[in-house]
Amino acid sequence: MTQSSTLTYESGANNESNRLLHSLWLLSLLLAASAGLSLCLGSFPTQPLQVLGALTAPTHSDLAFIIWQLRLPRIVLAILVGAALAMAGAILQSIVRNPLASPDVVGITSGAALAAVLYLTLLSTSLSTLLSIHWLPAAAMLGALASALLVASLAWKNGISPSRVVLVGIGLAAAMGAGTTLLIVISEDSAAMTAYVWLTGSLYAAQWGDVMGLMPWLLAATPVVLAFSRHADAMALGDQVAEGLGVPILRSRMILLGCSVALAGAAVAFAGGLSFVGLIAPHLASKLVGRNLARLVPVSALVGALIVVNADLLGRVAFLPKDLPAGIFVAGIGAPFFVYLLHRSRGRV
Amino acid sequence: MLTRHSIKSTPAKSVGLLLAGLVAVGAFIASVMLGSTDIAWPSLWAALNHYDPSQVPHIILFTERLPRAVIAALVGASLAMAGVLMQTMTRNPLASPGILGLNAGAMFFVVVAVSLLPLHTPAHYVWAALLGAFVAAVLVVLLSRGRHGELSPLRVVLAGVAVTAMFVSFSQGLLVIDQQNFESVLYWLAGSVSGRELSLVMPLLPLFGGALILSALLVRHANALLLGDEMVTGLGMQATTIKLLLGLVVIVLAGGAVALAGMIGFVGLIVPHMARGIFGIDHRWLLPASALLGACLLLLADVASRLLMPPQEIPVGVMTALIGTPFFIYLARRKMASQ
Repeated sequence: MTQSSTLTYESGANNESNRLLHSLWLLSLLLAASAGLSLCLGSFPTQPLQVLGALTAPTHSDLAFIIWQLRLPRIVLAILVGAALAMAGAILQSIVRNPLASPDVVGITSGAALAAVLYLTLLSTSLSTLLSIHWLPAAAMLGALASALLVASLAWKNGISPSRVVLVGIGLAAAMGAGTTLLIVISEDSAAMTAYVWLTGSLYAAQWGDVMGLMPWLLAATPVVLAFSRHADAMALGDQVAEGLGVPILRSRMILLGCSVALAGAAVAFAGGLSFVGLIAPHLASKLVGRNLARLVPVSALVGALIVVNADLLGRVAFLPKDLPAGIFVAGIGAPFFVYLLHRSRGRV
Repeated sequence: MLTRHSIKSTPAKSVGLLLAGLVAVGAFIASVMLGSTDIAWPSLWAALNHYDPSQVPHIILFTERLPRAVIAALVGASLAMAGVLMQTMTRNPLASPGILGLNAGAMFFVVVAVSLLPLHTPAHYVWAALLGAFVAAVLVVLLSRGRHGELSPLRVVLAGVAVTAMFVSFSQGLLVIDQQNFESVLYWLAGSVSGRELSLVMPLLPLFGGALILSALLVRHANALLLGDEMVTGLGMQATTIKLLLGLVVIVLAGGAVALAGMIGFVGLIVPHMARGIFGIDHRWLLPASALLGACLLLLADVASRLLMPPQEIPVGVMTALIGTPFFIYLARRKMASQ
């Protein structure tokens, strides 16, 4: 009796890890295909074979420049940004225990955006000699962290209740949105449009430097998230169950929240307010591999990367000669998806 | 409850309403007089009695200050009344035209009218805004129903956020694609009562008037709605009919306010709570009191937005959001704790 139940349990676990493996393979293939397509398409027409040649044997031709300095860094950055946002969303949904929580909804993204726009407007003033555009990411991360701390402390009332976090986050997001609008309206016209395009979320003019700036955050946060994912899964069963299992709830929650904030802040810093990736990607991923965080995180990352790469491709080539921000397309799919999720979740929220 | 300390007796309430009216008049006069060039009493008096187009203060008064004050008062009053009715209908302390997405819906439809359709006159804005508020309201109502038709407070707010997020991101996308209309629309979106003409108000007056009459006729039903849908049936009308009619009033008030002044949030959230704290929950007092206090709030916020950072003007929608957020968080912490 005991033996047979152990057997089914193991075969179930096998099934699940098979599903994980299959999903990872499938998504990686799709991502590679999208990246390849994105590498070949653009305002400067290129043949797949030429692209392959330029990739493998870099020369000093125009083609090599376009591939290596314009398209490739942009694609890699799109992958990293999508992965970071999706992971941030997966973590947040798991600790807030609300399917609608995402860095956008609870105000983390708007905090980062406010700090970044503030920095951009300061740059156009007399302080510009002291500051440099390279510190923009740091400003955005600081903003994300500050707003996350503010949301957490304002929602604190004998512990953190998930629904209070969501409501307080909504309120703060409104205030920070107002602050951002204020900054845009009072700054000069050109700075205003730059800030506005940046807010919509754009990968325009991505460079290898940006990739190098974002990479460390992903590399640092991913192992921590995976290590603490077990605690998150225990907490998903309820605080009392988790406590019974010996999980240090507050500490784990804070560490995971910190990772989520760092990932979201870093992504916003390099690509602006790409909203809804952190909301959609974890949901699609959970359809593939379930809600277990250790499985959800890598699959979400791939789904997020896939979304952003394709959105950026669409923005780059669909309306030539215009290069539209990827954020428009992500929001165009993401916002109705948010509405759909709410419709689906009736009875649970 | 906030209503615990509210005034009970009818004479005291009448005096309170009178006082609120006086404050509103005072705020109106302040809004007319104060600004980058202050208009003194004698000048104001002279301009009203003998308008002289060769004098600069007179021109400022009639082309800028007066329309601005009238629009601020109208928008403040209509947003506050819309907020009262929405809070009554959803029985949710956080309901208001801004948070439940009506403002965003109205805004999106105006952006579409400006950038995709050849509709550039303010009169067209009005109809686009009303249509947008209507669409957003229908969406929010559909989304905020749980499986058994119940309205959970968190769900209502989330539905509003989802609808707002959708319309705002669509509008952003349209504006980035169509950058030539960006500057004018952006200032308008941020919520502002400056630089608008009185002619904008004219097509809205019959609508606002109709909304006012309808809400006056339904005050008793609104009171009954607070006690439960069955009480409304006791008054001889279906609860659904009442909600539809009140919903119509809300859409006209909120959509009209957006058509006049763009996205001005939090007036519809704060003012009803203030008014309830002073006058209690009876809609016969609550609605007029909210209208007066809403007008006061927006007039004063507008004056502050002119004076805080001269010569720059802060959009008044930003001012109200900055004032309103602490209040929203207070409500979220306090009122949602029990649910």
